[in-house]
Amino acid sequence: MAAPDALAAKDLLGIEPLTKDEIQLILDTAHTLADVAKHPIKKVPALRGRTMVNLFYEASTRTRTSFELAAVRLSADVVNINVQASSVVKGETLLDTAKTLEAMTVDFIVMRHGSSGAPHMLARNLQASVINAGDGQHEHPTQALLDLYTVREKLGSIEGKTITLVGDIQHSRVARSDLIAFTKMGAKVRFCGPPTLLSDDFAALGAEVHHDLRAALTGADVIYVLRLQFERHRMGLMPSVKAYTQRYAITPDRVKWAKPGALVMHPGPMNRGVEIAHEVADGPTSVIVDQVANGIAVRMAVLYLLENGRTKRAAAGGVQ
Amino acid sequence: MNVLIRGGRVLDPASGTDGVQDVLITEGKVAKVGVGIESGDATVIEAKGLIVAPGFVDLHVHLREPGQEGKETIATGTRAAAKGGMTAVVAMPNTVPPLDTPAMIAYVLSRVAQDAVVRVWPAGCISHERKGEVMADLAGLKEAGAVAFSDDGNSVMNALLARRAMINTSLLNVPYVEHAEDEDLVDGGVMHEGRVSLKLGLAGRTTLAEDIIVARDLLLAEATGAHLHVAHVTSKRSLEMIREAKARKVPVTCEATPHHLVLTDEAVGEFDTAAKVLPPLRSEEHRQALIAAVKDGTVDAIVSDHAPHGPLEKEVEFAQAASGMVGLETMLGLVLEILVRPGVIDLAGLVRLMSTNPARLFHLPGGTLAPGSPGDVTVFDPDAAWTVDPRALASKSKNTPFAGRSMRGRAVHVIVGGRPVVRDCGLV
Repeated sequence: MAAPDALAAKDLLGIEPLTKDEIQLILDTAHTLADVAKHPIKKVPALRGRTMVNLFYEASTRTRTSFELAAVRLSADVVNINVQASSVVKGETLLDTAKTLEAMTVDFIVMRHGSSGAPHMLARNLQASVINAGDGQHEHPTQALLDLYTVREKLGSIEGKTITLVGDIQHSRVARSDLIAFTKMGAKVRFCGPPTLLSDDFAALGAEVHHDLRAALTGADVIYVLRLQFERHRMGLMPSVKAYTQRYAITPDRVKWAKPGALVMHPGPMNRGVEIAHEVADGPTSVIVDQVANGIAVRMAVLYLLENGRTKRAAAGGVQ
Repeated sequence: MNVLIRGGRVLDPASGTDGVQDVLITEGKVAKVGVGIESGDATVIEAKGLIVAPGFVDLHVHLREPGQEGKETIATGTRAAAKGGMTAVVAMPNTVPPLDTPAMIAYVLSRVAQDAVVRVWPAGCISHERKGEVMADLAGLKEAGAVAFSDDGNSVMNALLARRAMINTSLLNVPYVEHAEDEDLVDGGVMHEGRVSLKLGLAGRTTLAEDIIVARDLLLAEATGAHLHVAHVTSKRSLEMIREAKARKVPVTCEATPHHLVLTDEAVGEFDTAAKVLPPLRSEEHRQALIAAVKDGTVDAIVSDHAPHGPLEKEVEFAQAASGMVGLETMLGLVLEILVRPGVIDLAGLVRLMSTNPARLFHLPGGTLAPGSPGDVTVFDPDAAWTVDPRALASKSKNTPFAGRSMRGRAVHVIVGGRPVVRDCGLV
């Protein structure tokens, strides 16, 4: 059982290790911290004197910026590591890079890496708190947390709702984290996409697997559109983009298959006109912009609750 | 030096021996097996309460020499083998450079003569530089001492090359050993394709990759008459095909590893690179099929696929980590745990799978204690309790997923050519 104002673990590596209570705590804390953005001075001193490093091995604008703003609003110092310009290109191992950073007394390492499990390896070897900002095709926990936050904010609750994720599920860490997160909070998760982008084995992980969009959207409270990750499609997983669009693109007509007022979400960046139509992306039930805004509050909550855990362990004489 | 192993339970399926007897070794060979043999001037090894078996023969070991001496050497690898109860190992040819010429085989054998404490039988490459393009000088390799041919680590992907190689290995009467995984189908996968790989977001290797190469090779072996030996089988469907082919007298044999018998893909846990191996640890369904195939005799031999790697290769991102695990020193304990104590096989079955059969399959001396055979003996205690401590391994590398595991059963005395190399569980 988590302490009421802290996360039990040193790191946030995924949704999988979190309890339902901890997720609830993060969402509630985010709700409180969201107010900071409304103040004339958008800052609280919770993390004053702490240092956070953004260690991004994959390109990212929104997630990196979101973490940076979250840390700044909690008064932490932030360093961004440009991996292309670092010693990584000289062949340094990931572990050596991280140990070098730790030697500079860093408290938080926010990491994005193309290799599933890379942050787990760091977390095992470092005393700094590691926050997974996306590892390979594994997890993207803060994205799932902001998705939960957004659904709760817009629909009032998560329990009992049906969330349909559409698109390239196979290569999506967002889909995996959302599946675990929404299932833990009592919602039903459906996955929909062509068989090469959605393995039937996902049923064993608790998802309802659909290859037909209409069936997948019928009765859905949320339509969650995923980006087609063209860069991962080495050998043509689909006959053509057009073939995908014809069957799976979310258009105004198809939105009507879901419940009236169903939310439309997307983790960004969008391929407009491919997986999602302009009219839907900018439509009345689209909450895509809200997701971005909520991301900062959720990441503030994660940093704040991890910091509280660190303080408690230090006070208890635990190794920091 | 003469050795008398006294009062142990002698278990030699090849000669049909099972009973408390003595084994006398003179001039490096088994001289006599019987009750109440006089010791004379022989060194006496008391084996009361222990099993006395023909020395274990491991058909699948990576000694890493030449080229990767930081991971293992002939000296350290053969000491690990001896501690594990092996009196002979087949050294796989994917060294750096690979064993693809008679000169390379001769070189390794010269190093073996200097440094090895157990017998080392080198396998030669099927293709030049292991590239799967041009056939190696198989006749020359055999003449130099290669006992098998394999591009282990990779399948021979070109079916024409595989066919021509089998025609030649058939003529040479040397086994053709396939690492069966279609390299296109595995699609860069780093673990078994299934629920766990999906959950971890790691690219999976489908069992179809193994099945397709096994199917192809069975057809080629049937057509050419070559002895096909399928290395480290892991897939249920492959085992079914091998079983069916054997029933039709296709000349095929196969081997299984302890790690595939004991562990599943769940062992990867939170990206534990110690559990990364090729072929990958499979799901429970395949593991059970492998155990069943040992039970019904489809599997001919248990091998370690001892694959040493250092921290540089393992303490990295899972996808980038090297594949393989050390296995020589944990094999006996694991086989007792997973096969003997649950009653899948009996102790005679263990000796058959670890000594009798492997020696016979690769036409190696040993595998029996019949008088005149090499004086290679493994004396083991099937109940001795110990705990796997990577630091205590004789192998230079410590990459085992079994660290901390409680084991029962280990080699107590190991004699190679009449010379004790392990006494009381310790290297001499």
